[in-house]
Amino acid sequence: MKIADIQEEIQEEFELFDDWTQRYEHMIDLGRSLPLIDAKFKLDDNLIKGCQSKVWVHAEMEDDKLVFTADSDAIITKGIIAILIRVLSHQKPQDIIDAEMEFIDKIGLKEHLSPTRANGLVNMIKQLKLYAIAYQTQLN
Amino acid sequence: MPSTALDIQAIRKDFPILQREINGYPLVYFDNAATSQTPQLVIDAITKYYSYYNANIHRGVHTLAQEATEAYEFARKVVQGHFNAKHNHEIIFTSGTTHSINIVTHGFRSVLKPGDEVLVSAMEHHSNIVPVQMLCDYTGAVLKVIPMDEEGDLILDTYRDLLNDKTRLVFFNHVSNALGTINPVKDMIQWAHDAGAAVLIDGAQAAPHMAVDLQALDVDFYTASAHKMCGPTGIGMLYGKEEWLRMLPPYQGGGEMISEVTFEKTTYADLPHKFEAGTPNISGGIAFGVAIRYIDAIGMQNISDYEDELLQYATKKMLEIPGMRIFGTSSEKAAVISFNIEGIHPYDLGTLLDKMGIAVRTGHHCAQPIMNFYNIPGTVRASFSFYNNTAEVDALILGIERAIKMLL
Repeated sequence: MKIADIQEEIQEEFELFDDWTQRYEHMIDLGRSLPLIDAKFKLDDNLIKGCQSKVWVHAEMEDDKLVFTADSDAIITKGIIAILIRVLSHQKPQDIIDAEMEFIDKIGLKEHLSPTRANGLVNMIKQLKLYAIAYQTQLN
Repeated sequence: MPSTALDIQAIRKDFPILQREINGYPLVYFDNAATSQTPQLVIDAITKYYSYYNANIHRGVHTLAQEATEAYEFARKVVQGHFNAKHNHEIIFTSGTTHSINIVTHGFRSVLKPGDEVLVSAMEHHSNIVPVQMLCDYTGAVLKVIPMDEEGDLILDTYRDLLNDKTRLVFFNHVSNALGTINPVKDMIQWAHDAGAAVLIDGAQAAPHMAVDLQALDVDFYTASAHKMCGPTGIGMLYGKEEWLRMLPPYQGGGEMISEVTFEKTTYADLPHKFEAGTPNISGGIAFGVAIRYIDAIGMQNISDYEDELLQYATKKMLEIPGMRIFGTSSEKAAVISFNIEGIHPYDLGTLLDKMGIAVRTGHHCAQPIMNFYNIPGTVRASFSFYNNTAEVDALILGIERAIKMLL
């Protein structure tokens, strides 16, 4: 599936909910289904800086696509990174670099984009894209 | 239920922000240790200054400059009176506690020698640890830590053992921002003085909640931030005993702080202006004075008593929640509850409480050494003020219970 199609799918999922409780419960569920990072990659080097909770991300190429795994010690953060990974994992590095991420706004998680939010959603997106840039540079 | 002399419902009407709704819920503001809310009359004082007599102070001969200078200097007298400082010029207006601390630690660069010792408590905020580390790096003085126990009390026997004739400066907070512990400052000051050391106290968390009598404490330096005392941000005070303030060199050079300037030599202005370089936060200073008069009218003892009742009420209710652990269980506590629920990350709990309109702080509260002490990533902190009420505490309890259902 293309990145834009997955974003639309997630948006439709979130539109089913009438209130924040259901949205957050869904996010928590998504967090529980996060493709977990292998314990050997759960290193301080793989921590995303600027988050109140710990977030580890690992990336590796499978054929021509980049695959992400992650974990966090906070469940809501796990939900957020799970959504990002669902959108960006198993995609070509160049497509990840080019991906627009405005859908976050549309699924009612806008508050997590605020710079005061120490959860670092912005940092997470940046980190995933940095992995893509690194692998794309290798491909070139 | 608190059996206070205060009419909390009337007091709440003084704070326009308390009418706000957040995410469809009435705001419950329990982040008072980070910053307090602002009563209408303080907001009005700022508006009035800019609408009516905005002018630079201490120099102009025109009417506006005189009115602004008078109002600013009146505020200094209000602050002096509130904290019972001996002299008006012992009150230095600063941008806040961090600035105040840096004036002292910078000044002590010319006082300390290699091998001198500086004590700092284990329950300090980063803003207290870093300037002291910088001071010790610069001078070659040795930094020693006054340890604390599980309850969040400083270990006073060890403190007394640490004090010796090499100790020059002792620095601790009056009330811990992360744990709420009220330190026994009077004794701690006395013991430091017996060893010949000066004492700097960070009063940022104490000043909003209790009467502080600087002369009775006999402390050498004391700091406070207006924005934790119903005043605006960007203004605070440093109190220093006159003899210390005369001795320490100025922190910043600029206008206001000079007496005479030639390219050969500059003589510094007298106190307090020596430490107030540049155009100060004039509206902030004036509004700080108004905020202090506001809380003084309510009465610091009334505020202390009421907040203590609120703390007892909240502590009792919170301990009924399964998995609750409160950090900071000193018998002498200000109205701060730092806590975690077993199996729940503080960030998750804080995020869901915010969705319910409840403002708490999550994280390490700029006191990572305390979090390391308890081996936790952080806590959720609810901190109360005199304008909070038991209905809001009940909303917090319900909010926590609802969040637990979602998270566990």
